Amino acid sequence: MSIALRVLFVTAAAALAVSCGKKPAEPAAPAAAEAARPALDTDEEKVLNVYNWSDYIDPTVIPEFEKETGIKVNYDVFDSNEVLETKLLSGNTGYDVVVPSASFMERQIKAGVFMVLDKSKIPNLKNADPDITQRVALHDPGNEHSVNYMWGTSGVGYNVAKIKAAMPDAPVDSWRMFYDPAVVSKFADCGVTLLDAPSEVVGTVLIYLGRDANSEKPEDLKAAEDVLMKIRPYIRYVNSSKYIDDLANGEICLALGWSGDVLQARDRANEAAKGIEIKYHIPKEGAIAFFDNFAIPKDAKHVKNAYLFIDYMMRPDVAAKNTNYVNYASNNAAALPMVDDSVKNDVSIYPTAEVKAKIVPDLAESPEFTRQLTRAWTRFRTGK
Amino acid sequence: MPLPSHRLLSGRLGLWWEIFYRFGPPRWTLYMRNNWAGKRLVIALPYLWLVLFFLVPFIIVFKISFSEVRLAMPPYAPLWEWISEKAIDVHLNLGNYLYLVTDDLYISSYLYSIKVAAISTVFCLLIAYPMAYAIARSSPATRSLYLMLIILPFWTSFLLRVYAWIGLLKSNGVINNTLIALGVIDEPITMMQTDFAVFIGIVYSYLPFMILPLYSNLEKHDFTLLEAAADLGAGPIKSFLRITLPLSMPGIIAGSLLVFIPAVGEYVIPSLLGSSDQLMIGRVLSDEFFANRDWPVAGAVAIAMLILLMVPIMVFQHFQSRELAGAK
Repeated sequence: MSIALRVLFVTAAAALAVSCGKKPAEPAAPAAAEAARPALDTDEEKVLNVYNWSDYIDPTVIPEFEKETGIKVNYDVFDSNEVLETKLLSGNTGYDVVVPSASFMERQIKAGVFMVLDKSKIPNLKNADPDITQRVALHDPGNEHSVNYMWGTSGVGYNVAKIKAAMPDAPVDSWRMFYDPAVVSKFADCGVTLLDAPSEVVGTVLIYLGRDANSEKPEDLKAAEDVLMKIRPYIRYVNSSKYIDDLANGEICLALGWSGDVLQARDRANEAAKGIEIKYHIPKEGAIAFFDNFAIPKDAKHVKNAYLFIDYMMRPDVAAKNTNYVNYASNNAAALPMVDDSVKNDVSIYPTAEVKAKIVPDLAESPEFTRQLTRAWTRFRTGK
Repeated sequence: MPLPSHRLLSGRLGLWWEIFYRFGPPRWTLYMRNNWAGKRLVIALPYLWLVLFFLVPFIIVFKISFSEVRLAMPPYAPLWEWISEKAIDVHLNLGNYLYLVTDDLYISSYLYSIKVAAISTVFCLLIAYPMAYAIARSSPATRSLYLMLIILPFWTSFLLRVYAWIGLLKSNGVINNTLIALGVIDEPITMMQTDFAVFIGIVYSYLPFMILPLYSNLEKHDFTLLEAAADLGAGPIKSFLRITLPLSMPGIIAGSLLVFIPAVGEYVIPSLLGSSDQLMIGRVLSDEFFANRDWPVAGAVAIAMLILLMVPIMVFQHFQSRELAGAK
C-alpha cells in the first residue's frame, strides 16, 4: 500500500503541477503558417510523452515547442530518481523522453533501459559544454545514451541572520558546518537538516574527511558513519524536499541541500518579504555534482519527436530561458551570453574554475555496497 | 439481538446496513433466494474482484520474493527457465526470507510498527467509545447529523488532511502561535517530527473507522437492560462493565482491527509527521524497493508483513466464532 500511495502522491503532485503550470491553450496556428514551416522529421503520431523533474522547466518552453512543431506534449513530472527508476525497470513506461540523474542513469544504462542516441538527429549538440559532457561520460561512456540538461551541486544552504546569531564566525563555506560537532551543535536549536540521499551525503562526509567520495572501502564507510553518528543529535530531520519550504519560512536555519532547491528557497523567502535571507555555498573542500540528462527509453514510441524535443531543448535561447527559470547551470555553452547576469555571475550556480576542479561526480555503487550503504544510513537515521 | 453474525459487517457498511435492517432486504434478493444461478453470480462477483486485485498481485509479489536480484529489466531473475524442450530449470531463492532474520532491522521495525499501531488503536478506542455511545443515545434526527459530521472529512483527500496537521503542529504553526499569543508559552513547543505527531496523525485519520462499527453496535443495544440493572441496584459503572461493555465487544473488535491493520503498514503519516529515528516496516519496505533496488527482498518483507497481519485476523475470527457459538 505504501508504495502505491507514494506513486499516487507523485502522480497527484504531477497532475497539480501540470494543471497549475499550464498556460491557457494557445489558439491553433493558421493553416498558412503551417504550410510555410520547414518539413520536420516527426513521427506519424504527433505526440510526445515527457517525464521530467517537477519545477524543472520554464513554463513557456513546452507551449512554444508545441506551436513550432505541431507535436502535442504530454508533460509529466516526478520528484525522485527512485520513482523514475522503478517505472523504467518495470518497462513500458510509455514515455519518450525521461530525465534521470547520472548516478542512477549509469545503472539504468547497464540494465539496458535506454537506446543509443543517433547524434546526427541532435545538431544543437554542438552547443554542449565539453567539460560537462566529459563529466557525464564518467557515467555514460562515450555519451552514447544521454544529453545533459542541467547540473548542480549539493552544499550549504543557510539562513544568514540565524547562523550569524548562533555563531558569528561560522565557517559557512565548509563542510564543518555539518560534520564538525563543535560547529553543528551551535545550530541544533534553530534546525539543521540533511538530504535523504545516502550516497551523496556519505560522499560529502568522505570529502570532509579528505577521502575519495566514491570509495566503496568498508573502512571509509565506517569512518563516514562515525562522523554522522556524532552529529546525529543535532540534526532535526533527514528529508530531500521538506527543507525548501522550511528554510524559506525560517523553520530551519541550515540545510545540506541541492543548489537549485536552496536558491528556490531564497526566492520564496524574498517573495514573502519577511526579511529572511537565504544563501548557498559550495564548500571549499569540494562537493558532489549531479547531472540530469535526457535519455530515450528503448521502448519509446515517438523516437523522432523525442529527438526533435532534445534538439529544441539544446537551442541556446531555450536553454538560457530554462536556466534563468530554474537556477541550475545549463550544459549549454552557447546559451551563456543569454543567461541573466544574476544567474551567470552567481558562483553557487556557475562555480569558478578553481571550485569546479574540486567537484566530483557521484558514481553508481555496486549492489553489495548499496545494501551496506542503505544499512549504515538506516543506522544513522534511527540512531541504532 | 438478531443475526449476530452480521454485526461486523454492519460496522463496515454503516448507514447502508442500517437502512437494510430498517426496511428489510430489497425485493430482488427474495428472487435470488429461489434462483441458484443468480445467487452464485452475486457471490462470484466479489470473489472475482478479490482474485483480480488481491490474489494476482499477491502471487506476483510472492513469486518475486523467491527470485534473485539482477541488473536488468525487470530487476530480478526469472524463477524458471526452459533449458531444453523437456527440462525446466527452477531457481528458488530462499535467501531473501533468511535474510530477514539475520538482520535485526526487520524484526525491530516489525515490533515498532505493532507498538505504534497498538497504541494508536487504544487511543482511538478511548476517544471513539464515548463518542459512539453519545451518538447512539442521541435522538434519531441528530444521530444522522453526527454520523454525517464524522464521514464528512473523507470528502477531503487523506494527504491534504495530513498536510493540514503539519500547518497546525509546526514550530511557527497555528497551535504554537496561538499559545505564544495567549502568553501560555514563550518558546514554541517542538511537536513536528516526534512520536506525538505520528500518533496524532494516525488517531485522527483512523478515528472514523473506530466510531462507525462501535456506533452501529451500540445503537442496537436495548437500553431497558440498563434500567433493569439500575432497578436491581447496580451503579452506572457496574452496569457499564457488566452489560454495555460485554455487549459491545464485537464492535470493539471490529473497530480495533479496522484501525490496527492499516496502521501497522502506515507509511505516509510517519514520513510526513514523524522523525527519522522511528522506523516502521513501511519505510523498511520502501528502502528495500527504492534505495537497495532489491525487489526480491522487498517482496519477502511484504509477504512477511502480510503473514504478520493475518495473525490478528485469525485471532479475531477465533473470538468471533466462539462468540457465535455462545449466542446459539
